[in-house]
Amino acid sequence: MSKRFLYVNRKAPYGTIYALESLEVVLIGAAFEQDVSLAFLDDGVFQLTRGQQTDELGVKNFSPTYKALGDYDVNKIYVERESLEARGLTLDDLLPLTYEDEDDDWAEKDSIKLVSAAELAEIMEAQDVVLSF
Amino acid sequence: MLHTVNKSPLDRNALESCIKHVVQGSAVLLIEDGVYGAMQGTQKSPMVESAMKEVSFYVIGPDLKARGIDESRVIDGIDIIDYNGFVDLVEEYDKTQSWL
Amino acid sequence: MALEVNGKSVAVDEEGYLENRDDWDMDIAKAIAKEEGLDMSDSHWEVVNFLREYYDEYQIAPAVRVLTKSIGKKLGKDKGNSKYLYELFPYGPAKQACKIAGLPKPTGCV
Repeated sequence: MSKRFLYVNRKAPYGTIYALESLEVVLIGAAFEQDVSLAFLDDGVFQLTRGQQTDELGVKNFSPTYKALGDYDVNKIYVERESLEARGLTLDDLLPLTYEDEDDDWAEKDSIKLVSAAELAEIMEAQDVVLSF
Repeated sequence: MLHTVNKSPLDRNALESCIKHVVQGSAVLLIEDGVYGAMQGTQKSPMVESAMKEVSFYVIGPDLKARGIDESRVIDGIDIIDYNGFVDLVEEYDKTQSWL
Repeated sequence: MALEVNGKSVAVDEEGYLENRDDWDMDIAKAIAKEEGLDMSDSHWEVVNFLREYYDEYQIAPAVRVLTKSIGKKLGKDKGNSKYLYELFPYGPAKQACKIAGLPKPTGCV
């Protein structure tokens, strides 16, 4: 019986290790075939911005790895609307994350769902396990 | 005095507290996650824009780039500098205070 | 630790993975394969090149399950299965092929 896991991401990338650690745990955890969702709120929405270029800082740009989540069957990615708005961002500022739906002739679909804080609260409530980063 | 801020203003109050404690003629340098404070159109932009009447603001370009913030989204009037420019600022101001 | 190839020395970790991905070339791949007891055929190269492209795009080495699925999509069902991949890389397609491809150990490799 698979459990519902939600990874809650609230930190910006690079300034702290939380974002990268979360991504690694998600990828490792994906091998256990649980029902996995990811939530991005507060500064966590900055993890998904397009156009990150870290070569001048000498740290690894791990943002392309979010695009592999679909391959790992992680395709429920909730982004909080209020958090985007507070940061002057829209969905167009974020990486396009997609997956191929096995039950729909491998049609390519969007993984990101924009949700309100109230909706996200219910999503959190519906989980078996919530992991915070 | 040169003030440096390395925390996102949307996550911590380091920038807000810094702005409350700067005097005219000082400079504020946004580094690391502090660079989110240089963005236009955020909840915290009005606070920065108003502080800019009294003090000069600088932001580290490579830190912006790493985070995918295009220079066109930086508040007008904030100087974008590199890490060499950081060294110049430290030399120019007699003292430095870090807001962590 | 280091691996000697054509008089050139490249740094590897204690498990034999390249320390620096930019050191990689086909001769180094062949040398690592030899250490693994493998003789590189076109089929081996197909998987190794696939892994390098995957890494360039996503910045990770895929887990074996993801590798199998993605190979199947790109190179056909007859190649996208564990039997085919384990025949090529008996000690694990992800681990062994990643090592030959000069990539880090796969993320989510269990």
